[in-house]
Amino acid sequence: MNTIQVLFFFLSVLAIFSAVMVLVSKNPVHSVLWLITVFFAISGHYILLNAQFLAIVNLIVYAGAIMVLFLFVIMLMNLNADSEPRKNLWMKLAGVISGGCFLMVLISLVRQTIELTGKTALMKEGNIGLIKNLGKALFTDFVIPFEISSVLFLSAMVGAVVIGKKD
Amino acid sequence: MTLLAFDWAFLLEKLILIAIIVLASLGIALYTTFAERKVAGALQDRPGPNRAGPFGLFQPFADGLKLIMKEEIIPSTSNKGLFILGPGLAMTAALMTCAVIPWSSYIEIGGRKIELQVADINIGVLYVFGVVSLGVYGIMIGGWASNNKFSLMAALRGASQAISYELAMGLSLIAVLMISGSLSLKTIVEGQMADGGLWNIVYQPLGFIIFFICALAECNRTPFDLPEAENELNMGYHQEYSSMKLGFYLFSEYVNMIMSSAIMACLFFGGYDIPFLDESKLPVNTAAILGVVSILAKIVFFLFLFMWIRWTIPRFRYDQLMNMGWRNLIPLALFNMLLTGAVILWQQG
Repeated sequence: MNTIQVLFFFLSVLAIFSAVMVLVSKNPVHSVLWLITVFFAISGHYILLNAQFLAIVNLIVYAGAIMVLFLFVIMLMNLNADSEPRKNLWMKLAGVISGGCFLMVLISLVRQTIELTGKTALMKEGNIGLIKNLGKALFTDFVIPFEISSVLFLSAMVGAVVIGKKD
Repeated sequence: MTLLAFDWAFLLEKLILIAIIVLASLGIALYTTFAERKVAGALQDRPGPNRAGPFGLFQPFADGLKLIMKEEIIPSTSNKGLFILGPGLAMTAALMTCAVIPWSSYIEIGGRKIELQVADINIGVLYVFGVVSLGVYGIMIGGWASNNKFSLMAALRGASQAISYELAMGLSLIAVLMISGSLSLKTIVEGQMADGGLWNIVYQPLGFIIFFICALAECNRTPFDLPEAENELNMGYHQEYSSMKLGFYLFSEYVNMIMSSAIMACLFFGGYDIPFLDESKLPVNTAAILGVVSILAKIVFFLFLFMWIRWTIPRFRYDQLMNMGWRNLIPLALFNMLLTGAVILWQQG
């Protein structure tokens, strides 16, 4: 086991444990905080894959902005452990089955699109995740999807303003 | 057994550097509280603290001792774990920023080159942003866990203020990044030190003003100290806190001030560069020590500016704060970005 493997297993265990804690926590605020830990662990994985830019953007956008908004809503609505609606057993079972089906679809999709046998993840090498290469790829090869998604964001922003505006 | 095979001397060197930087930041923060009261005294035409020691120099230690010795009160209706986590998180986030700040070039001890920067990562500036956005959690968690309506309102204010001003801050930063072409703080500083290179403030006066205003807001300093508006909120998000937990919140504000001063010095004022002096002609170690003195002098200047503003300008109203952030600073920062981009394109032909 070298350093990278130690870190990999540590981060993986942390990510899975925190993800389970997100679901198990009774208090919504605790769930959000555990979710932030998950994002940290995933950012750690990005760093292991030498994608520092993705790692830090993941933190800024998800942990820094989106989760703060989550906390806002939860704190303002004053959701507490006792006000959380109790779901019955059948609902939980249905959730598990549908989630499992989705996971199966995802795995089969990944297996079919890329030939994975005999390949290992590039640890600490590969440079597509660095900001320079990522920028070049986004603005040359993938410029049309990139611009289309920016229009999508713009329309979402306009929509939010229209809904939020009092008239 | 090669479980963890790497350069142990390197690790030791970095650990010593981290210890020095963290202790120095805390020490400076300690005396910043003292300086703040002295500056306030001077601006209000009174002596300020002058009882403990010569010129009142031991006052910060007396304050610290008082905070530590005070009785610790954890409200019975609070969320205990998060109540303790809050101030710890605020302090951690404040101190984490110092990892990417280049304090000087490098020193040589026994042929070993020691960089005076903990980590020169190629996303330095973004790292700072990531850490700053985490600092919000310290305030939010503390305010919520106190189980007090005033604390909660103050925490929400603080968080929304921080998110709003982060946008304008990031946009004003993009113009600087366009000029220097790198996200690493060290490369940005070296670009300003190079022959014929001017400090970024010359190219980006508007960007600096926007960045400075946002830094005031991010540090919750007057005129943007809405989360601590005691005449509206009793005291602020740390109302239920006592003893050293309160001390951590108050202290992290000062550490934040030091770190944002250091970042402003690096981005706009040449970092450890000494104006009108060619450092490469000096012996390496002398140049490095002079560099540290130089960046510290710039930090002290910005700290004074922070205090000067605090004791001069009254607090904004909350809607004024939001209007200024979203309607004035963000369009201005976008305009600055556009202008910089246009000029760079024009120069390239």
